[in-house]
Order: sequence, then C-alpha cells, then structure tokens
Amino acid sequence: MISRPFKAAWARALCVAALGFAATAGANTSNGYNLPVGVTSLSRDIYALHMEVFWICVGIAVAVFGVMIYALVKFRHSQGAIPDTTMLHSTKVEIIWTIIPVVILVVMAIPAAKVILMMEDTRNSELSIRVTAYQWKWEYQYMDAGEGVDFFSTLARDSNFARQLHSGIDPKTVPNYLLEVDKPMVIPSGTKVRLLLTSQDVIHAWWVPDFGAKRSAIPGFVNELWFRVDPGKEGIYRGQCAALCGRDHGFMPIVVDVRTPDDFKKWVLEQKAAVKQAAAPSSEPPATAQVLPKAP
Amino acid sequence: MAQPHASDAAHHDDHNHDHHDQPATGIKRWLFATNHKDIGTMYLVFSLIMFFIGGAMAMIIRAELFQPGLQLVDPVFFNQMTTNHALVMIFGAVMPAFVGLANWMIPLQIGAPDMALPRMNNFSFWILPFAFTLLLSTLFVPGGAAAGGWTLYPPLSLQTGDSFPMLIFAIHMMGISSIMGAINVIVTIMNMRAPGMNLLKMPLFAWSWLITAYLLIAVMPVLAGAVTMLLTDHFFKTSFFNAAGGGDPVMFEHIFWFFGHPEVYIMILPAFGIISEILPTFSRKPLFGATSMIYAIASIAFLSFIVWGHHMFVDGMPLAAQLFYMMSTMLIAVPTGVKVFNWTATMWRGSLSFEPPMLFAIAFLFLFSIGGFSGLMLAIVPADFQYNQTYFVVAHFHYVLVPGAIFGIMAGVYYWLPKWTGHMYNMTLAKTHFWLSAIFVNVLFFPQHFLGLAGMPRRIPDYAVQFTDWNMVSSIGGFAFGLSQILFAVVIIQCVRGGQKASSLVWEGTHPAGLEWTLPSPAPYHSFTTAPEIP
Repeated sequence: MISRPFKAAWARALCVAALGFAATAGANTSNGYNLPVGVTSLSRDIYALHMEVFWICVGIAVAVFGVMIYALVKFRHSQGAIPDTTMLHSTKVEIIWTIIPVVILVVMAIPAAKVILMMEDTRNSELSIRVTAYQWKWEYQYMDAGEGVDFFSTLARDSNFARQLHSGIDPKTVPNYLLEVDKPMVIPSGTKVRLLLTSQDVIHAWWVPDFGAKRSAIPGFVNELWFRVDPGKEGIYRGQCAALCGRDHGFMPIVVDVRTPDDFKKWVLEQKAAVKQAAAPSSEPPATAQVLPKAP
Repeated sequence: MAQPHASDAAHHDDHNHDHHDQPATGIKRWLFATNHKDIGTMYLVFSLIMFFIGGAMAMIIRAELFQPGLQLVDPVFFNQMTTNHALVMIFGAVMPAFVGLANWMIPLQIGAPDMALPRMNNFSFWILPFAFTLLLSTLFVPGGAAAGGWTLYPPLSLQTGDSFPMLIFAIHMMGISSIMGAINVIVTIMNMRAPGMNLLKMPLFAWSWLITAYLLIAVMPVLAGAVTMLLTDHFFKTSFFNAAGGGDPVMFEHIFWFFGHPEVYIMILPAFGIISEILPTFSRKPLFGATSMIYAIASIAFLSFIVWGHHMFVDGMPLAAQLFYMMSTMLIAVPTGVKVFNWTATMWRGSLSFEPPMLFAIAFLFLFSIGGFSGLMLAIVPADFQYNQTYFVVAHFHYVLVPGAIFGIMAGVYYWLPKWTGHMYNMTLAKTHFWLSAIFVNVLFFPQHFLGLAGMPRRIPDYAVQFTDWNMVSSIGGFAFGLSQILFAVVIIQCVRGGQKASSLVWEGTHPAGLEWTLPSPAPYHSFTTAPEIP
C-alpha cells in the first residue's frame, strides 16, 4: 500500500522528531503523541512494527473512507440520485475483498512473529535481577555480578507530598512528578539484563516504555523479560506500574539508571560496602544484650 | 395469547379494541407486564437511566483527570468510579438497551404476536432494577464499592470490603437476567416466525440477535462460575486463585476473558444488525450481500471464542499461545472487513438522505472502523506489550463501544421511535444531538490514543505533567459529550408526548424487509395476532 522508502522516510522523520524532543525532555523519548523509539533493539523493533501496522491501517482507512465519502457526496437523494436496486450481491467482489485482507494480515503477522521469537529468548543473560512487586513499591534483588544487592524503590518524597488530595502543591513545580523514586534500579549498558518478576500481594506490571519491556508481576509466578540498553545510551529511564493494583497504583513509578559497565561495577562495590557497614554496628547490640541480663 | 384475537386485525382499523387489546392501567401495567412492547420500553428506559448514572461516574473520572495532582477525589474512590462506570455501562446501559430493542422489534420483524415466553420476559427485566440497586448501594457500604476494575482480577478484587458479596450477587442477577432474555429471543425466533419467513429471509437485526443470544447462553454461566469461585476463595477458604494455597491467579484471567471476549461481541453484534437495517432504508436500496453479512456475523461469533488470550499477552504465555492468539485475533478483521465493505457497497449507487438514524449509522461506519484499526494494532503481540494497560487500550475499546455500540443503539432508537410512539420527533434537535455527539466523542477519545502511546497507564487518578494537555482536551470533550446526551432524553420525551403523525412506513425510503413496517404507527398493543402472509 505504501512504498518502503516512503515509510522508512516517515519513520526516520518521526525518530528525529522524537529524539529532538527527547533532548529537551530528559530520557523519555516519546514525543508526547507516539511510542518512544526507545534505546533497546526490542523497543526499536516494536516501534518499527507499530509504525508499519499504523501506516497499513492509514492506507486502508484512506481507501475505504475515500470510497464512503465519495458515495456520500455523489449519491445524494437531494441531488436526484437514482438508486440501483438491482445491486444485491456479487460473489466475485466479495471473494476479492475477503482475500485481500487475508494477504495484508499475513504481511503483518510474519515480522511480528519474528519479534515475538526474539522477545521470548531470555537465554545467555549477563545480569539477572529479581523484581518483587508490593502494594505499592518495587524490590530489586540483584543476582550474578550484583549478588547481595537488595533494596526497595518507592515514590520520591517530593512527589508523595504533592500528590496528596488538596496538597496545594503544584505538580508542575515538582521535578519528574510521579516519575521519581527514592532509589532507582541501576543497570549496565550493553548488557543483556534479565528480570525475574513476581509479586507478594496482587498483580502488578513492570513497564519501561523506552526499553520496550512490560510484563506482569503475579503472585506465585515468575515471569521473565529481557533487554539490552545500547552502549552510549546511559541515562535515566522512567516507567510506571501498568496493572491496577489498588489505591496507590498510580504512585509506584519505576526509574532505571543506566550506567556504563565500569560505573555499574563501582556502584555494586559501593552497595556491597554500604551493606557491610550497615551490618557491622548491628552485630554489637546482641553482644551487649547478652551482657545486660547479667548486670543486676 | 391465541384464542380470542382472531378478529383483532380487523379491529385495529376502526380503533374498536376489545379489553385484551388495552394495556392494564397504572403500576400494574408495568409490574405485571407480559407485553413485549411494555417490557421493551422498560428495558430501554432503564438503560437510559443507567447510561446517565454511568456517565456521571465518567464525568467524575474526567474531572479528576482534568489536570495533574489530586483535586477532587481520593484514589480509592477514583478506582471505584472506573470499576463501576464499566459495570454500569456494560451490564446496565448497553446490554439492556439491546434487549429492549430485541423485545420491541423481533416480534414485529418476524410477524410474531409477542415474545415466546412473556412471564419469563417480565422476570428477566424486573431482576435488573434490583441487581443495579444492589450494585450501586455498594458505594455506601463500609470499605466502599469494588475498586479492582470491572475485570475483577484476584487477588486485588478479594481486597474489596463489605461490598464484595453484594457485588457478586448483583453480577449473578445480571447474568440470570441476560440468560433468560437470550432464551426468550432464541425460542421466539425459532418457533414464532410468520409462515414463509425462512431464516435467510429474516431481517438482519433479528439475525444478529439470534447469534448474540447463543453467545450469551454460552458465556454468562462462565462468568457466573468465575465470580462464584472468587466468592468461595473469599469466604470459604478455597484456593482457586490463591497462589499461596496452590491456586492460580492467571486461571481467573483465562476464565474471565473466555467470558469477556464473547461479551464484547454481545455488545456489538446487535449494533451490526441495526446498521444493516438503517443503511438500506436511507440508501433506498437493498442491503448488499445480505447472506454474506449473516455468515460474517456467525464467523465473528465463532472467532470470539478462540481469541481471549490476546487480553493477557503481558501476563506470560507460551510462545505458541502468543502466536495462536495473535493470528486468530487478526482473523477477526476479515469478517469485520466484509461487513464494512458490504455496508459501503449498500450506499454505493444508492440515493442517500441524511435523517438522524442515517447520520448515526454513517458515524458508526467511520468511527467503529477506527476502533477496528486500533484493535488490529493491539493484536500485534510485540506492539501489544507497549499498548497493553495504557490509554491506547482505553481509546480502542471506547471507540468500539461509544461510537460503535452506543451510536448503534441511538441509531436504532431514532429509526424505530416513530414506529413505537406514532409521532415523528424533532429532527433539528436530533440532528443537533448527532453533531454534538459525533464531534465531541472524537475530542473525548482520540487524544487518548496519544496519551497511551506517550506512556500513560490506564486506571490512574493522577499523572505525570507531560500528559496534561491531552488529558485536558479529553476532559473537555468528555463534559461536552456528556451534556449533549441530555438532548437525547429531551428528543425522546418530546416524541412520546406528541408530534407530527408518523406513517406506517415512517421513512420515505423504507424498504419493507422487516414486517414492522406493515403495521400502523404506533404499532398496536398486540400485533400480528394472526400470522401475516410472507410473499
């Protein structure tokens, strides 16, 4: 329906527009009315599929709506149109307009199936993170190179104050209103990251649009998803819980801080050191507690 | 119903009715109604009331979403509004409206004196006011109404407060009402067609309802089973959906959507039938490909049973299942396309005039198709991972339900209202209602595509500031659309009270495919007491 170069040109123009907007709007690469192109191979594949299907739909719409509008204008009773009451059916035409949609659907389904195969291939991941959802926060437990790092991520205080009913705080004055957390998930760029999602209470969904990654976190189940952020695309990426999970469903954002692999290693060491430091003083009180009863 | 009416046909002309031909007076006429027209009227009035109640909830939702920050309502109340808006609109507005139209029109179209099972008909209507009183009263019990979404996914729905058993019981009552209504439609169509009216001669509206009735009987018990399991999980320590007890929360989603997907076709197939009646009348030309239209409806109904998984792609599904549900879902576009093409061909080389029913039917063609396109996009599994649970989905299903199902209902009401009341209605007011509705429904829902694509999840009471502009546009469209609907009620009330006398054919271009046009307007209280002759 629409030639490939034309489509590609449109997609490129939209990408440029989206990226141009992104430069001013932080790392959210959506231009405000379309999907983000994103920073992973999957998000780009999804974007391409989305635009392909969109333009096919536009093509069909132009053709079908064009015929309808022509009929509405041309065959008006007020203009003395005479109805052709012999036009009852035509097997030939009806077969044609059954076959053509089937062909178009096959054209759409084949590339979509290829992307599904890729999305489901979680083999050879280089970093796994166990993501546990709670009402209404996320817990990130690192495995592999990040073994031992484990923390919760909740809505940032500024947003939390401003979002209270009748808070009187203008959300526009709050940086990244509702899309900021106290402690973001940190991952390395250029690395195949696998998330293992589950929930401790109700069904939640972990979603970062720029990664093309969304999957439900379901109690009793472990769902997998993977993404690899392109090297050079380090930065902050934001998302939200995408499954109604109760009162504060709108207030459990996701923030991912993508760093270079070296910076990620440093971050892991810092986290482990902090864990040790936190653990060290806590080993004292039991000793004193044991001493205390002897005192009287 | 049978004996003393043999001479009624003659009596209609001189308005010399015997006492059986007169409705009972006062409240008894409605409480003990067995007449298909009275029951149809009650269904339609009930659904109009529910339309305004559900609409008021939508106004609260759009008011809270007018700007970021929480200004009006608590998030819990917001979630109650989204949940109950859906339940009221689906089970209270759209479905009863179609049952009301079926009650009124199926006996008239097929030449039957009444519905086959009039007492059950009475019962199936009178359950509804009680069911919805119960449902709406949950807003006032401790813990508030259900707030877990109309899909009732556990474990969230099990966190509902004292209203939980009331909600389940209300759903059971709605289901019983729907099943009885569906049985009545099937029995009427199968047994009471006028001699000579074989199934393929039957008008398309009756056909679409016959298929819809089978869908209802097939899936309402499934919903009943699902919510009963929720009830026992909540009160009797079963663990159907409780992972900690060895149950499976995803199983609920499967059962729910096995009901839920046919349910969405229950809400659109009768509208297909109505559009197939209206386009030929105002094109002054028979429906193009009437037989293939019937096959298309039947194919859509069949496919509706094998596509439910497309609601659950992000919940984790084997690769083969993802591929299967993607393909089967895309296949629905084929019969739906056939319908749209046939409708277009019906208008082609016709002689079109644009009375209110036709205007709504044309808007249906364009806007339902837009909902179909976004539906096709949603079927593409990888893209669905981005669209799922966002405002893109909200835009999609509102496009198929509002300018789809509800415009279909309005088109039907404007089409047959003169046949019911005997009066023409105020055309200018009805056309104003149309233009306001058609414009603002797009202002309301089109920006929601953008919101979803830009990353706004659905069912949230507050949002990040980059979503502000489109939400404001959408809310303004919502308020204007909501207010415009008052005109609809005004037109109907005026028309019931009086107006220019309608002829038996009502519309200049009426092509008497259905037998309703052989009766005078208003249709007599008892119609076709002797079976009409089909040439």
